[in-house]
Amino acid sequence: MPEIKVTPLGAGQDVGRSCILVSIGGKNIMLDCGMHMGFNDDRRFPDFSYITQQGRLTEFLDCVIISHFHLDHCGALPYMSEMVGYDGPIYMTHPTKAICPILLEDFRKITVDKKGETNFFTSQMIKDCMKKVVPLNLHQTVQVDDELEIKAYYAGHVLGAAMVQIKVGSESVVYTGDYNMTPDRHLGAAWIDKCRPDILISESTYATTIRDSKRCRERDFLKKVHETVERGGKVLIPVFALGRAQELCILLETFWERMNMKAPIYFSTGLTEKANHYYKLFITWTNQKIRKTFVQRNMFEFKHIKAFDRSYADNPGPMVVFATPGMLHAGQSLQIFKKWAGNEKNMIIMPGYCVQGTIGHKILNGQKKLEMENRQTLEVKLQVEYMSFSAHADAKGIMQLIRMAEPRNMLLVHGEAKKMEFLKDKIEQEFTINCFMPANGETTTVITNPSVPVDISLNLLKREMALGGPLPDPKKPRTMHGTLIMKDNSLRLVSPEQALKELGLNEHQLRFTCRVQYRKTEFTIFIVFSSSYLVKAWLVLKGYTIQHLPDGTVMVESIVIKVSSSAEEPNTKVLLLSWSYQDEDLGSFLSTLLKKGLPSGLSSM
Amino acid sequence: MAAHLKKRVYEEFSKVVQLPQEEAPAKKLRLTKPSKSAALHIDLCKASNPTDALQYLLHFARSSVEAESVEGVVRILLEHYYKEQDNSVRLKIASLIGLLSKTQNFNPESILDDTLNTFNTEKSHQVLAQLLDTLLVIGTQLPESLIVRHRLIEVAYKHLSDTYFGVRNKCLQLLGCLGNVDTPLNKDGQGLVPAVIGDAQSLISDYFADQDPRVRTAAIKAMLQLHERGLKIQQTIYDQACQLLCDDYEQVRSAAVQMVWVLSQLYPESIVPIPSSNEQVRLVDDSFGKISHMVSDGSWVVRVQAAKTLGNMLQVSPHFLEQTLDKKLMSDLRRKRTAHERAKELYASGEFSSGRKWADDAPKEKVDTSAVNLIASGACGAFVHGLEDEMYEVRIAAVDALSALAQSSASFAEKCLDFLVDMFNDEIEEVRLQSIHVLRQISTNITLREDQLDTVLAVLEDSSRDIREALHELLCFTNVSTKECIQLALLELLKNLTKYPTDRNSVWKCLKFLGCRHPTLVLPLVPELLSTHPYFHTPEPDMDDPAYIAVLVLVFNAAQSCPTMTALFSDHTFRHYTYLRDSLSHLVPPLRAPGVSGIEGSGSVESAQLFLQQSLSRISTIHNLQDPGAQDLLNFTIRDLQRLGELQTELAGAADFSATYLRCQLLLTKALQEKLWTMAVPLCLKHNAMATAAAKQMLEETYKLEFLYSGLENRQVATIHHVRLQAKALQLVLTARTRRGLFVVELPHLQESFVGKLLDLSPKLSACKPGELVKILQTTLRQSGFLNLQLPKQVQRASATIIEPTGESDNPLRFTSGLVVALDIDATLEHVQDPHNTVKVQVLYPDGQSHVIQPKPGDFRSPGPHRHRLITQVYLSHSAWTEACQIEVRLLLAYSSSRLCKAVWSDSSTEGLQPAEGATEGTIPFGKPVKVFIMPKPARR
Repeated sequence: MPEIKVTPLGAGQDVGRSCILVSIGGKNIMLDCGMHMGFNDDRRFPDFSYITQQGRLTEFLDCVIISHFHLDHCGALPYMSEMVGYDGPIYMTHPTKAICPILLEDFRKITVDKKGETNFFTSQMIKDCMKKVVPLNLHQTVQVDDELEIKAYYAGHVLGAAMVQIKVGSESVVYTGDYNMTPDRHLGAAWIDKCRPDILISESTYATTIRDSKRCRERDFLKKVHETVERGGKVLIPVFALGRAQELCILLETFWERMNMKAPIYFSTGLTEKANHYYKLFITWTNQKIRKTFVQRNMFEFKHIKAFDRSYADNPGPMVVFATPGMLHAGQSLQIFKKWAGNEKNMIIMPGYCVQGTIGHKILNGQKKLEMENRQTLEVKLQVEYMSFSAHADAKGIMQLIRMAEPRNMLLVHGEAKKMEFLKDKIEQEFTINCFMPANGETTTVITNPSVPVDISLNLLKREMALGGPLPDPKKPRTMHGTLIMKDNSLRLVSPEQALKELGLNEHQLRFTCRVQYRKTEFTIFIVFSSSYLVKAWLVLKGYTIQHLPDGTVMVESIVIKVSSSAEEPNTKVLLLSWSYQDEDLGSFLSTLLKKGLPSGLSSM
Repeated sequence: MAAHLKKRVYEEFSKVVQLPQEEAPAKKLRLTKPSKSAALHIDLCKASNPTDALQYLLHFARSSVEAESVEGVVRILLEHYYKEQDNSVRLKIASLIGLLSKTQNFNPESILDDTLNTFNTEKSHQVLAQLLDTLLVIGTQLPESLIVRHRLIEVAYKHLSDTYFGVRNKCLQLLGCLGNVDTPLNKDGQGLVPAVIGDAQSLISDYFADQDPRVRTAAIKAMLQLHERGLKIQQTIYDQACQLLCDDYEQVRSAAVQMVWVLSQLYPESIVPIPSSNEQVRLVDDSFGKISHMVSDGSWVVRVQAAKTLGNMLQVSPHFLEQTLDKKLMSDLRRKRTAHERAKELYASGEFSSGRKWADDAPKEKVDTSAVNLIASGACGAFVHGLEDEMYEVRIAAVDALSALAQSSASFAEKCLDFLVDMFNDEIEEVRLQSIHVLRQISTNITLREDQLDTVLAVLEDSSRDIREALHELLCFTNVSTKECIQLALLELLKNLTKYPTDRNSVWKCLKFLGCRHPTLVLPLVPELLSTHPYFHTPEPDMDDPAYIAVLVLVFNAAQSCPTMTALFSDHTFRHYTYLRDSLSHLVPPLRAPGVSGIEGSGSVESAQLFLQQSLSRISTIHNLQDPGAQDLLNFTIRDLQRLGELQTELAGAADFSATYLRCQLLLTKALQEKLWTMAVPLCLKHNAMATAAAKQMLEETYKLEFLYSGLENRQVATIHHVRLQAKALQLVLTARTRRGLFVVELPHLQESFVGKLLDLSPKLSACKPGELVKILQTTLRQSGFLNLQLPKQVQRASATIIEPTGESDNPLRFTSGLVVALDIDATLEHVQDPHNTVKVQVLYPDGQSHVIQPKPGDFRSPGPHRHRLITQVYLSHSAWTEACQIEVRLLLAYSSSRLCKAVWSDSSTEGLQPAEGATEGTIPFGKPVKVFIMPKPARR
């Protein structure tokens, strides 16, 4: 039986270092190639030795697909392609291709330059890696090779995020990457058509959460920021350089404009400017509002938001600072946090998900004292707020996507095991489909029932159409006669005559004959006649054509019925019955009717 | 000899009259038509290949064909049809036949047989589809003929089983448009109709399961068409329709939503079972649930359709309705309260939302995992989804639906409040505006809580004027619950006022209503608002401060129904009251208070009405205007009426109308005074000038009477026309008197209907020569009595007020000469019919130059019944001036010349602008002009 195998190398019952291997129809595909934020050792990259112990990966993988530019989805890409070795195609959307190298470079700088790690990928490796990238457009079907094709759908989440449909023959898998079913200030909602994949691999970050409407969230966020700023406090918003940051920028920018606020808003790192540039460029990937108004004013050209300098952190007075990275695990956001943590007037707003082990995760759980490097402790006095701005689909959104795509099987990744369990139950209950949640390295096998395409000759089809009923009923299967020819790796259904012709065979007819003897009495003659009338009436009713030939035989379709009296026994009448193989059903029915049906018919009379 | 002359004059007249009626060119065109079909024939014969033939046909399609020759053309076309091998040409012919059958005054029945015959030979599916389309065109034009319909349906039925989707599509369309709607009729024509055709409904419903989505859509649409034509659709197809809601194709789903809705309206009360349980629900509830489900469909077209449809399902039970706003929040499997619920609780506990406490939205109770229903079943949260949709079209549809449902259910209105208030923060202005409008519509049912009001008021800072004004309008109708709310609202409105001073009028009006509605809530605030102090005298506030006026408007309006409030006023407040009562009488109500002198004696509308009637009836006693005292009476009455109009705004229209009418009469009387007419012409030049001016003014006044007032009946219009006739007669007579020599030459130009008719009617006159005629006219005119005026019930005078520019600014608008400067104009128009076409802006420069600008239709907004608002920009430009000077901007009301007998008058006066006396021909200035300082500077080199 054909089967699809899915093995998560990362993100199986876990968040971070997304990397999922899929083998479908003899093709091997790697979906995402991310790194883990929580680890600084070997565990931060997926374990590629699962694929092969030595040598390059090229011969084992047909293609690599990157869903979006977040590092937990693309962070390990240069490592895999350049250090482990992979030369095949890497697919990603245009915005992802543009922004991904910026983030990778930033990541490399932090790891190598700041932490002084060696044996890490270099800038050149990132460049080489990006040369292998093939860009994707939305809804464009790309043929990787003759059989394997992929197609990208809009996923919301961040600029350029895509869901990918992988298709080999009639088997297909959809991988969602990260997606968002509710539109926000700068991106639209994820959308997919009713593609009915065999497996839908979905993220499940918020498997057990149903979120409030975004409007309430936005209002809460603005209110909190506004109040703190009016009080003279400083607001720190740790973000990832791209994605949420832009949404919050737009939100604050419009709010500042509307309320005529004066407090400065800063955005840390020069990286952002470069990235904002791409946001301005890829307007087609944003939401309706931005797409429609960019002619008058591009929403990403901020008026109130300025670049941040490290010295500003000590400035007096209120300010709002967006700083990277989003989970407070390193970099500028951590530095600013250290400076501001002691003052209760200040506030930190965590707008997204924090992986276990990061400082963000700790303070969100209410930890008041933090152990820093060098055995220092940091007291957390500032207010900690959590605003769920993270653009992942919540439980309802996931269900909505399942309803849109109508998959046959479901597979959950990118979430915590405990939460997945809940969602898994729900999915199985609501949709009555199988749901899997493999751990890292665990393989899920799904047996598919692919339809086998067969070429049918047009003549045969037309003939069959003409034979039965006005129109074929699409809901019901219909039987037809034909010959299946399997030749040269292709299947064809042709009419028997054509098949014979092609194979150079003669046609043989198969006929069944049988004799039914009656004693010639008045009575039997009566029976024969009356029964033949009965039979005739029944046949006419069923719509069979009946012909009377001049020599006294009766033809029902191809069945010949002949009454003859034998010379030896004049008292008996013999009924000869002959039918062809094609009319087997009718023939055998008639013979039983004539043999056995008569006495019962007699008794009923 | 004299008789001969008279005859010649008469002949001259009649000749002149006939001239404009001649329309020779039209006939010429007609003559060419019959040859056209022949030309087509030749063309088609010449065509050697299908491409050429197609070209000829395309060319032919562009020209129009007369009704008489259609049949011939169709025959030629059909002749070629049978000869033609190429499908595309046949298809074009078929479509041409359809087009031709639409020709006016042509009865398509005559070509029906020929068209039907083509079906026998046609093999191409595309052509068949086109032929069916042609039949549809023919059929829709002959809706009465039963036989035709039956024949067409027969054809449709025969081709329903075609393999090509287009043919099936068209057949279904045909069935939908022509299928039998009423069964009894079917019995009459039974001989003609096979039984099958009678039941178009079941036939169509068979195609709900067709393999082609386009055919499925067509089937549903055909069914809807049948419904529109009055057929009662059977309930049996409900299940089928519901299944179609899950179709793979959006157009099918969209149509199915409509179908389900139609059924829910037809059988709202019938009971349907819920699958997989024993329960049963009403059909309308069931379909409501199903359509709600479609609000989260994958295609936005379907979502819009579904959201719109929800608004039309008013019979749904409240239980289901409230589910549409339901959302159960969950965080890590713990039940979480929504922000709305939290806000409500905080309000209930009397604590203002701090929003600062860590985890004040932390999930509390643990959720029973089996009870959480993730997939929204039924109506659950339909509007929550709809209002958060990606496409603003869906959001607007959802807001509209909310409005419709909330208007029918007060409890639902209460519930949807939070959601609507949330929509005020939408990113698209249209949505914000729409939700503000909706909230206004339902605001009679609801009371805003403080936190809700807070969100509402935050929008006052919006930079869009439309939004702010909509919000003011909303606040006019809002009920609030506490005095803090009033204070908050006042504070925000004052903030708004300082930020956007142009909103002054709107803010004041808003506060007026706010005060009227909540007198008891304002009462405790009064000392604070007026900053009075029990012991100390506080400084008297500046009377010109708009903010102070705003506060006073609020307080005075509240005091109107709260008598104790006046006791809290200080002396200067009373003084300010009398001042404001006079200057802003529309905002400040009359107060009964000890400090206020009792000048508020103006009686009720009824008494004013009575007075108006009495004045008019007094006038009607005048029989001859030459009577002594008649003129005095007129003078006094006019004065009375004018004053009445000022006092009673409700009757201003009627009073003004009557006064203007009477003034016309007065003018006429004065112009016809006996002694002057007996004088020799050269002696009374002065008088002539006076009479000419009077005639001219009368004419102007009649145009004003006719077009400036709305609500006139035919009778009044006739009266006005009568006056105009008199005025013109007067002009004629005057011209005749002053310029004898020119008269004969001029007479044809003065050939108004008046003289012509006079001649027609009175045979005696027809024999007169011009001089006599004038004399007769003169005496008739002088003898004409006073025509009494009947007032219609409602007369409203169109009026316009330019709010901006105010004309107060001393700073000239500077711009470089030769370039343009845009001047913002903001005006309110009342009782103007069809302002898009009639209202124009005129700019008068000091040098007499003038421009008339037609505003764009988009510049007009309609904030209320009979009220329009014009917000536009006019572009000014001029050559350089040495110093700043004022230009005049005014509004003009153009009257359509079609309603006038313009024949002669428009000849003599130049079309367009005559700024001399300020009156432009064809337009009436209305509203006060505003002066604007401008200063075009010479361009710097």
